[in-house]
Amino acid sequence: MNEKRHMGIKASRALSNTIIHILLVIISIIWLIPFVCILLQSFRVESTWQVGYVIPQQWGLDNYAAIFKSDFTHWYLNTFIIALVNAVLQTVIVLCMSYTLSRFRFKIRGALMRFMLILGMFPGMLTMIILYRVLKDLGMTEANAVPGLILVYVASSGMGYYVSKGFFDTIPKSLDEAARVDGATRFQVLTKIILPLAKPIVIYTILTAFMAPWGDFVFARYISFGNPFGMNVAVGMYNWLNKDMINSCYTMFCAGGVIVALPVTILFMCLQRYYVEGVTGGAVKG
Amino acid sequence: MKQYSDLEFLRLSKWEKFRYKLLCFFAAIPRALKNAGIGIGRFFKNAVLGIGREFKDLWLTFREGDWKTKTSYLVMGFGCLARGQILRGLMFLLFEIVFIFYMIVAGGYWISMLPSLGKTGPGEVYNAVLDTYSYEYNDNSFKILLYGVLTIFFIVAFIYTWRANIKQNRVAEQILRSGKKLKSGKDDLRSLVDDQFHKTLLALPLTGILIFTVLPIIFMILVAFTNYDGSHDGYINSLFTWQGLENFRTMLVWKGAGGRSYSATFGEILTWTLIWAFFATFTNYFLGMFVAMMINKKGIRVKKLWRTILILTIAIPQFISLLYVSKMFAKNGIVNGLLLDLGWIDQAIDFWGSTAHNGLTARVLVIVINIWIGIPYLMLIATGILMNIPQDLYESARIDGANPWQQFRKITLPYMLFITGPYLLTQFTGNMNNFNVIYLLTGGAPTNAAASWASGNVGYTDLLITWLFKITTGEDAKYYLASVVGILVFVVVAVISLIVYNVLPSIKNEEDFQ
Repeated sequence: MNEKRHMGIKASRALSNTIIHILLVIISIIWLIPFVCILLQSFRVESTWQVGYVIPQQWGLDNYAAIFKSDFTHWYLNTFIIALVNAVLQTVIVLCMSYTLSRFRFKIRGALMRFMLILGMFPGMLTMIILYRVLKDLGMTEANAVPGLILVYVASSGMGYYVSKGFFDTIPKSLDEAARVDGATRFQVLTKIILPLAKPIVIYTILTAFMAPWGDFVFARYISFGNPFGMNVAVGMYNWLNKDMINSCYTMFCAGGVIVALPVTILFMCLQRYYVEGVTGGAVKG
Repeated sequence: MKQYSDLEFLRLSKWEKFRYKLLCFFAAIPRALKNAGIGIGRFFKNAVLGIGREFKDLWLTFREGDWKTKTSYLVMGFGCLARGQILRGLMFLLFEIVFIFYMIVAGGYWISMLPSLGKTGPGEVYNAVLDTYSYEYNDNSFKILLYGVLTIFFIVAFIYTWRANIKQNRVAEQILRSGKKLKSGKDDLRSLVDDQFHKTLLALPLTGILIFTVLPIIFMILVAFTNYDGSHDGYINSLFTWQGLENFRTMLVWKGAGGRSYSATFGEILTWTLIWAFFATFTNYFLGMFVAMMINKKGIRVKKLWRTILILTIAIPQFISLLYVSKMFAKNGIVNGLLLDLGWIDQAIDFWGSTAHNGLTARVLVIVINIWIGIPYLMLIATGILMNIPQDLYESARIDGANPWQQFRKITLPYMLFITGPYLLTQFTGNMNNFNVIYLLTGGAPTNAAASWASGNVGYTDLLITWLFKITTGEDAKYYLASVVGILVFVVVAVISLIVYNVLPSIKNEEDFQ
C-alpha cells in the first residue's frame, strides 16, 4: 500500500517534469525565434526589403559586404571607442562613489543619498536639450559626438551606485578595522583589502558600462544631430529602418545586427556569472 | 476611523488588513502634513538660528583674533600663509583670485541679466558707412540662464570657502595657544588618502553629477517658468523671458476652442502610462518568477541551457531586438506572412496602425513584447532569491499536507514580495519612464487623432516620457511645455514612491545588512 502510494507520487512528479520540459522547450523557441530570423535574413540576397518568409531563397554574404562599404564602419568604431573608454572611466567613478557611501560615515552622507534618490526621479530626457547646447558650445556634437557622449555618460554615472554599494555592504567592516589598527591608511585598505574581494562587482560594473553604449539610442541621436560621422550603431541603424530606406536596407540591418550582437553577446556569455551575481545582489539589497 | 490593537489586527482577514493599512495611510495624511509643516518651520528656525550663530562666530573671531586673522577676512588664506601652512594658504588665495577675476570678467554680467534674461534681442542694424542693414545678435537668453545659475553655484561655493577660511584661523589660533603644532602641507596631503579619503573619492563623481545632472535639471525646472521654445530660442530668433506660472496654467486649466485642452491629453497619456507600468511590472514579475521556479524545480535537466537561452535577450542590445521584433509585426512582416501562409487570416493585420478600441492591439502587443524583454531579468533575480528560502519551510509544509499551490501562496510569494518590494517600486517607476521599449517598438503609434492637436503628434502607446520627447523634437519645439510635463512626471513618481514606501512592509534599514 505504502509502496504503491510512493510510486504514485513518483509518477506524478515524472509527469509534471515532462510537462515542464515541454513548456521550457516552447519558451526557448519563442525566445530564440527573433534571433534566428535575424540571422537567417542577414544571408538573404534575392531581395533587400521585408518579406513574409524566413528562410532565404538565395544565400550569400552580399549584405555583409554592403554594410562594410557604408558608414557602418564609422558607427561601429565610434561605439566601440565609447564603450571601451566608458567601461574604464565609469567603473572608476561608480566604485569611488559606492565604496565611499558604503564605508564612510560623514556628515552629509544621508542627505547626499536622499538628494540623489530624488534627483533620480526626474526624467533624464529633460536634460537632453541643455546637454546638447552645452556640448555644442564645447564643440562636442555632430562629427565630434564621441568625446561628448563619453563625457556625459561618465559624468552622470555616479548616480548608479546602488548595486555595487549593496555589494560593498556585504563585506564585513571588521576587515577594514583590523587593517586600520595595523596602521594602514584608508587608501591602503581600499587597494589592498577591499578591491581584491570586490572582483565580482568590479567585473559586473565594467560589463554593464561596456554594454550600455551599444544600446543608447535617444541621447546619441540628439548629440550626433544627423551627422553620420558622429553616430553610434543604434542611431545609424535606426535610420536604415525608416520609411525611405527600409526597402533597400532591411537585410543590411539584419547583417549589421548580427555584427553588433555577436561580440557583445560572446563577452556577456563569458562573464555571465558576474552579471547574475550583480543583478541578484542588487535587487535584494536595493 | 476605528483603531485596532495589534492583536485585533492579526485576527483580520488579508483583505481587511490591506484595507486597514490603506485607511491608516490616508488617515495619517493630515498629521503627516502637519508634521511636515512643523518640520519645515523647524528647519527655517534652525537655519535662521544657524546663520545667526555663524555671524556671531564671525564677529567673535574678528574681535578676538590677531592681525593675521583680521587680514584673512579680506585676503583669504593670509592667516594660513602667515602661520606657515603654505599649501592651504595658497589654495585659498588662488580660489579668491579666480573668483574675483571671474566675477569681474563674466559673472557680474550673467547675474545682472538673470532677472530679465537679456535686454537687447537680435535685430537689423543700420550701417551708415556702407548704407546697408546687417543682422546682429546680442544677448543670449539661453546662456544667461545657464551661466547665471552656474554663477550662483559659484557664489555659494565662494561664501562657503570664505567661511571655512575664517574658521581655519580660529582653529589655528586655538591650537597654537595650547602649544601644539599646526598641520603641515604634507600632513594635509596625507589626510586626503586617510581620514579625509572620502572627500578625495567623492570629488570627481560629485562634480560630474553637479554639472551634468543637477545643473541641467535646475535649468530645465527654470525653463518651465519661461517661454523658451523654437521661435523664442533666446539668441537667433528672439529672446525668451520669464512667464511666471503661465505654462502650468496652460497645461492644467487652459481650455482651447472646441473644448480642447492639454490637461485632457495629459490625463489620457498619464492613464495609459500607469496602466502600462502596472502591467509591464507585474506580468514580468509573476511570469519571471514562474519561469524561474520551473527551471529550478528538482529533476529538470540542462538548467544552464534554459537560462542561457533566456539571457540572450539581455545580452543583445535592445535596439536590435526591439526594432527587429517591431518589424516582425509590421504589415508586411514575418508574423503576418506566416499567418497568411497558414491560412488563419486572409488579410494582413495592421498590428501597429489599428486605432480600434484606443489602439488596443498595439497596447497589448507592447506589453506582451515587454514580457519577452523582461522575463530574463526577473528569472535571474528570482532564482537568486528562491535559493535563499530555507528548504525546511517547504518540508514542514509538505508534511502538513500542503499542495504545491499552497506552498507557493503561503511561502514563496510572501518571501519574494517581502524581499523584492523596493525592487518592484523601482521597476514600476522605471517602466513609467521606459522610453526605449515604447519608442523603438511603436514610436507612439497608432496616432491618437483626437489628442494630436497637442504638441507632438500623440499616439495611443505614447508614455509621458515619449510625449515629452516628441514635444521637444516637434515642429514648435515647446521646451517650456516639455519642462512642465517633466516636472509633473516627477511629481507623479514622487507621490507613488512616497505612498508605496509607507505601505510597504519591508522598510529597509540600511545598517541591518552590515
